[in-house]
Amino acid sequence: MQKNKNKREIDYQKVGLKVGLELHQQLDTKAKLFCNCPTKLREDPADLELLRELRPTQSELGQIDRAALFEFQKNLKFLYEGYDDTVCLVEQDEEPPHKLDEEALRVTLTMTCLLQSNIIDEIHVMRKIVIDGSNTGGFQRTCIVGLGGFVEDPRFGRVGIQTIALEEDAARKLDTDKKMELIRYRLDRLGVPLIEIATAPDIHDPEMGRVVAEKIGLLLRSTRRVKRGQGTIRQDLNISIRDGGLTEVKGVQRLDLIERIIEYEVERQINLLEIKKELEKRGAKPSLFEGKPTDVTDVFLESKSKILQLEIQKKARIMAQVFPKMAGIIGVQLQPGRRLGTELADYARAYGRVSGLFHTDELPNYGITKSDLVRLHKKMKKQNGDAIIIIAGKADNVEKAFLAVQQRVRQLFKGVPSETRAANEDGTTKYMRPRPGSARMYPETDVAPTIVSKALLKEIVNSLPESLEVKRHRFIQEYKLSKQVASQMVNSLQLDLFEDIMERYRVPASIVAATLLETWKSLRREGIPMDELTSESVLSVFEGLSDQKFAKEAIPDLLSFLARHPDKTINNAITELRLESIDLSVVESFIESLVKKNADLIHKRKLNAIGPLMGDAMREFQGKVDGKIVNKILVAAIKARLASK
Amino acid sequence: MSPNKEEKVNADDDTTEIAGYRGQALSFIRKAKVNDGDLIRLRKKNFVAEGILIPRAEIGADDQHLIIKMGNGYNIGVRVERGLEIEKIQEGMPPHVEIPSRKLIKNTKLPTVGIISTGGTIASRVDYKTGAVMAALSAHDLYNVVPELGELVNIRAEVLFSIFSENMDFEHLSKLARTVASHIKDGDDGIVIAHGTDTLHYSSAALAFALQNLPVPICLVGSQRSSDRPSSDAPMNLLAAARVAAYAPFAAVTVVMHGESSDTFALAHPATKVRKCHTSRRDAFRTVNASPLAMITSKEIKVLEKNLLPRDKKRELVIKPRFDKNVALVKTYAGATGDLLDSLIDKGYHGIVIEGTGLGHTPHTMYPAIRRAQELHIPIVMTSQCLWGRINMRVYRTGVELVNMGVIPGQDMLPSVAYVKLAWVLGQTRDPSKIRSLMTTNLVGEISDQTRTSQFFPGV
Repeated sequence: MQKNKNKREIDYQKVGLKVGLELHQQLDTKAKLFCNCPTKLREDPADLELLRELRPTQSELGQIDRAALFEFQKNLKFLYEGYDDTVCLVEQDEEPPHKLDEEALRVTLTMTCLLQSNIIDEIHVMRKIVIDGSNTGGFQRTCIVGLGGFVEDPRFGRVGIQTIALEEDAARKLDTDKKMELIRYRLDRLGVPLIEIATAPDIHDPEMGRVVAEKIGLLLRSTRRVKRGQGTIRQDLNISIRDGGLTEVKGVQRLDLIERIIEYEVERQINLLEIKKELEKRGAKPSLFEGKPTDVTDVFLESKSKILQLEIQKKARIMAQVFPKMAGIIGVQLQPGRRLGTELADYARAYGRVSGLFHTDELPNYGITKSDLVRLHKKMKKQNGDAIIIIAGKADNVEKAFLAVQQRVRQLFKGVPSETRAANEDGTTKYMRPRPGSARMYPETDVAPTIVSKALLKEIVNSLPESLEVKRHRFIQEYKLSKQVASQMVNSLQLDLFEDIMERYRVPASIVAATLLETWKSLRREGIPMDELTSESVLSVFEGLSDQKFAKEAIPDLLSFLARHPDKTINNAITELRLESIDLSVVESFIESLVKKNADLIHKRKLNAIGPLMGDAMREFQGKVDGKIVNKILVAAIKARLASK
Repeated sequence: MSPNKEEKVNADDDTTEIAGYRGQALSFIRKAKVNDGDLIRLRKKNFVAEGILIPRAEIGADDQHLIIKMGNGYNIGVRVERGLEIEKIQEGMPPHVEIPSRKLIKNTKLPTVGIISTGGTIASRVDYKTGAVMAALSAHDLYNVVPELGELVNIRAEVLFSIFSENMDFEHLSKLARTVASHIKDGDDGIVIAHGTDTLHYSSAALAFALQNLPVPICLVGSQRSSDRPSSDAPMNLLAAARVAAYAPFAAVTVVMHGESSDTFALAHPATKVRKCHTSRRDAFRTVNASPLAMITSKEIKVLEKNLLPRDKKRELVIKPRFDKNVALVKTYAGATGDLLDSLIDKGYHGIVIEGTGLGHTPHTMYPAIRRAQELHIPIVMTSQCLWGRINMRVYRTGVELVNMGVIPGQDMLPSVAYVKLAWVLGQTRDPSKIRSLMTTNLVGEISDQTRTSQFFPGV
């Protein structure tokens, strides 16, 4: 049994790792996919509100979808926020969809060509049942535009593309109320066009996962019609190992997390398979984990556990159940910081709406003392080798939670259950819901099928974005970038931003490239939330530079400021960082006095005095005046001084 | 196998089609001996796709594409062209909708509600043949889809029609009135009628005139989002209607629909003062020139109007289900002439309602036709296309002239209601003075004597 926290060396070939990627990229179109509302997100207070419920329906082939049913059982209400001027009745599910947005279709067709995929002759919009409330209709509209194709990497080879779909983005989840009965969504994002690119499970190595995602991301950027910034690209990963299960990890927002998520998931599956072996070795069987929990509220009436005392005050019940032969297993770490107990708690929360669970592998702790445990063990008739799980909450919730926990424990005997998991910030994952079956689609009859005409296709093929190789040459010729920087730039996800800046503003290419490649990286390393930076903010910085509002030295400070204050503008930043351009006469008079003060130094070291004096001058004018200008004035002043002697 | 031009069958020959496929596509699948529901593989150049052959939408679809549903649930259309190969992998069953059946257990403690289904979105599902929403669900199925109904009432379900409401005519309405009457005679504690929304307000008015002296409530209910989608308003509307039918303290014909866009409450609108006022919103129905009778939440009925006829199962129902279908509703507009009226008169119509402008006016160009109608004793009733407010034919000269010609002022009746009422009145009598008297007297709430401030929607 794996117990040490150190990462073990895994031979991914040997464990039979298979990963498929699903990339979702928001498109930067004028209009949403099925109406004419803008595709911009808003942060100002909403001016309309809707309260709705959803219930599962029959699918086209007759089965009610398993995942859909699960959401319904949770009996939720949804509160939708919108804006009268930018969210119309279509997003509110109060008006039938308009026709498929042509601009979005064109971008998707372009991607289909770039990935050598086969374009579907007649595109049929489908309704994909999603009743978590993220879509007001209870379904997401989606259509397949391309089938097949591939993406190639010199190191890892070819990865097949399965499907390229065009779909509407979901509403933005804002929060869930404490009782977990009301979820708030904002409708601004609902209907924003998304391209979904699904690869074949051809990825056999965690690093390869990241590389392939970057490749596809780069192609997407090359269309120049995709949104940038936090939340505009999301990945789902389908991960499995031999004898394991298929895990769908949802909502990975950062490409650089992909590698770690795959590593951790493989680790989780291996650990689950080892738990299975251990349970078999101990002679446990699924039928041991049934029956109702026992009310043990009386055991904890005097307990010092703050959590339990709070529950007792709320008149909640504390219940417990023996999990035979499970001692030591519930505490096994599956992923860094996540034990089997954490996993079971996810199930308890999802199905029982309780706040979590305690298990004896982690006790005494959390204010639960040894003497509490002695009483508990006695009441529950715990045997050696048994574990006990404790859950507090409303009686029926607790019972539901235990049912879910038992079911999950019984699944341990099968190994790894197929499920949908959500990515955490650190690369670990948590349970979301069972994996949806395939019967969750039916035709969107309100939108007529779109025939991709030969003429449109020809137009698309004739206007494909220039290839990265051609672009690299152009950057060297036109922008005088070095070969190395040009290569870096065309292989960077900042490529489209670079091109936007170069097309709009008169700024030196080398500064733009250095900012987007080097400065960006080092600021992120310093912990600046660079993902918060919108393209508009970055563009505004270079606009300011081009208008000579500040010197290039100010760029890192400005970017940091705007990343930390996404709601502020470049002008706010200039004011607050006190970067207002300085009259050159101020510089000149400062340098004059500096030279005067350091007459001895200049006398001794002649022109070599520039070094130390330049340091002093730049400390004064950092970011406000270009270093070159300061240098020029300083040199002139020193020369004048030396000449006057 | 590839499509062969010589083998093209006549695209207009509907009798030979398979699942909506015709022409080139039909000849292609027929040659491959493939039917809808079969699992097939299609191949051309680099393209390969596998899936179940799905019926082709009949309306407006071409004969150039095959539709398959792939394993991932998506449908795609593949052009039938030179080089396309087809291979049958597995014989299949055509797709069908299966509803988990649920045993009906009568709870003697609960009131019994008759649910009469006439069609419309509330009783509709996706139809794969036409590719559109189509009436297909029986009331009984609805009950299965909304299990909470079982905790509220006992159901006596009956599928009377399966039509879109735009196809509802007076023959249907007479039959509907008789069916409702027989349910009431059989002892139902209330009636719910599932109905398409387009003409729901015509049917509610018709029932209000045809069934008077009600012992129990009659609720017409529809939905604006089809019940095949998770967000459908059908379940909530149906539950609210069943609640009013079974538990409301009053006996009236009402239209029960969403009260606002949220799934928070429904409103019971008075049958003769209601109109569909929006093409698509859930709360499209509004009470016009009156107030809603009740507000219904998932817990209770809040009665909003005073002096309603109380529910009393012992009260004797008066049934007058006859309508004269030779009645027309004509709108006036800028530039309108008497041509439409003349043509109706020529066709032998028995009565005409005019949806006039403003306070109840027509252009002068209509005068000769109106005079002609009067000479032939064809009653003409005036209403206003403003909908809100009351007509007054004494304020302007045009109104005075029309009244002097014999036009009957419809007061604050909605045009649709005046039309239904005239058809009903003509079904009872052809005596001109009785017609005039009935049309100007309030019978079932269609005319009110007071126009209240609160009855017009806010402008800003």
